[in-house]
Amino acid sequence: MAEVLVLVEHVDGAPKKVTFELLTLARSLGEPAAVFVGNGADNAKEKLAEYGATKIYVAGDGDLDGYLVAPKAEVLAQIVQQSSPAAVLIPSSPEGKEVAGRLAVKLESGVITDAVGVEDGFVAKQSIFGGAFNVSSKVSKGTPIITVRPNSTAPEASPAQPTEEQVSVSLSDAAKKAKVLDRITEKKGGRPELTEAAIVVSGGRGLGEGKNFELIEKLADTLGAAVGASRAATDAGWYPHTNQVGQTGKTVSPQLYMAIGISGAIQHRAGMQTSKTIIAINKDPEAPIFELVDFGVVGDLFNVVPALVDEIDKRK
Amino acid sequence: MNIVVCVKQVPDTWAEKRLSDTDKTVDREGVDGVMNELDEYAVEEALRIKEAQGGEVTILSMGPDKSVETIRKALSMGADKAVHLVDPALHGSDALATSYALAKALGTIEHDLVILGVEATDARMSVVPAMLAERLGASQLTFARKVDVADGTVKIERMTDTGYDVVEGSTPAVVSVVEKINEPRYPSFKGIMAAKKKPLTTLSAADAGIEADKVGLGGSTTEVADVTARPPKQAGQIVKDEGDGGAKLAEFLAAQKFI
Repeated sequence: MAEVLVLVEHVDGAPKKVTFELLTLARSLGEPAAVFVGNGADNAKEKLAEYGATKIYVAGDGDLDGYLVAPKAEVLAQIVQQSSPAAVLIPSSPEGKEVAGRLAVKLESGVITDAVGVEDGFVAKQSIFGGAFNVSSKVSKGTPIITVRPNSTAPEASPAQPTEEQVSVSLSDAAKKAKVLDRITEKKGGRPELTEAAIVVSGGRGLGEGKNFELIEKLADTLGAAVGASRAATDAGWYPHTNQVGQTGKTVSPQLYMAIGISGAIQHRAGMQTSKTIIAINKDPEAPIFELVDFGVVGDLFNVVPALVDEIDKRK
Repeated sequence: MNIVVCVKQVPDTWAEKRLSDTDKTVDREGVDGVMNELDEYAVEEALRIKEAQGGEVTILSMGPDKSVETIRKALSMGADKAVHLVDPALHGSDALATSYALAKALGTIEHDLVILGVEATDARMSVVPAMLAERLGASQLTFARKVDVADGTVKIERMTDTGYDVVEGSTPAVVSVVEKINEPRYPSFKGIMAAKKKPLTTLSAADAGIEADKVGLGGSTTEVADVTARPPKQAGQIVKDEGDGGAKLAEFLAAQKFI
């Protein structure tokens, strides 16, 4: 079987969950081969093997982390040219999509982004226009490059004994044009990342003011969830833009999405409509968000949310 | 500083969007078109850089005839001139083909900076800026929430999941912007009148040196095999809070094994 390359998304070597999802998906399509770019590969190998990587390409020398996006595309292009894989799977993060875009130009290959599944023959499944249509697409030229959204596949361990191949890269001048001078973390850690979280609890205009996001955070922490916000809430400065869900913000597809004090305007729906289970709390029974829900509560969030937190605590 | 802003006309966010029955491209005929919202921020950022440092702002748009509406809007905000890349041969171009066509068109316009919105609200791929940087050999400075330009160096704050990266590159550079970067101005009456007299050049594929077999549906490297409308979601259970809303919700969550 031909190799299916999976670009490892990692923080200082620790792979993100989406990497395991992509390795699981790659196993159904061919021989999963992980591509690790940057420092810290030793922290990743064990986990990559656990999720079935039969080969690990490591590009760790040089200052690959010091430049934006382009080095990853160069490494992948080099491996594709050497080993002619059946396809390249990349996490559908902002950076992942950019890597895919640059790689597509280098290889003159087609690229499909935001897949929610990939089937036999590398048919990519997408959900477009805020979930109104399901689309199947294929790459018709070159090596298929497909970016896959987090939470599209349940990660399943399947231990393998991977071989390792060091990839030595001499970066082109073009790849060194955008230098990363500093990486600033603004968010306090502790909560799962928005696009990767199994549960997302989002707050909107109904919260009335920024400090009421404490309610959302408390519920989120009770559930081990990430915190999201509607555009109305981020525009008002109540919550950071990095947490914005919707068109012009993040697209999430968790197992459970809770929209609290969010009316469900189309811009918001575009970012959360593919969530598996949707819950809303809103005092307006006519709010469009109720068209999407599996379970909805019409009521004052300032009563319902604290009561819910108490109930969950009781059941623990 | 010569700045080119790439703008795209997209179906109105509020309109019901669909794919054409015949060739499965976005149906642009049946719906109102508007300037892609994020492109307004790109135009605004270009105008601010020009106002601070001088130079010229050129609008570049690829799209059918009616894209002129969007081009006029950008001109009425204050851009100096515009180039409209329009050709039936371009219809159905995917991201790779679009970036090729835009790069070719950019070859006909002097530029130090190319600014775009991070994504178009119709396709939502957000890959074209990175592709353009690759094609032009320019510095890729994307997902910017802040842009500083000084002496041929462009420094941005790039939004990340956890905060931001400070990224720097020399011109020529391709910059994409997020909506928190500024507050786009509304065109003034004077601006709208002035826009009618501003130079608008029309460029065909051949004018830009675009090879016809690399664009359009035929030159695209991806194909849509199948489109199905999502079945309407089954109505969920909705309860009115009578003091027991939290408890009922907890019951639902427990039944679904979330707690």
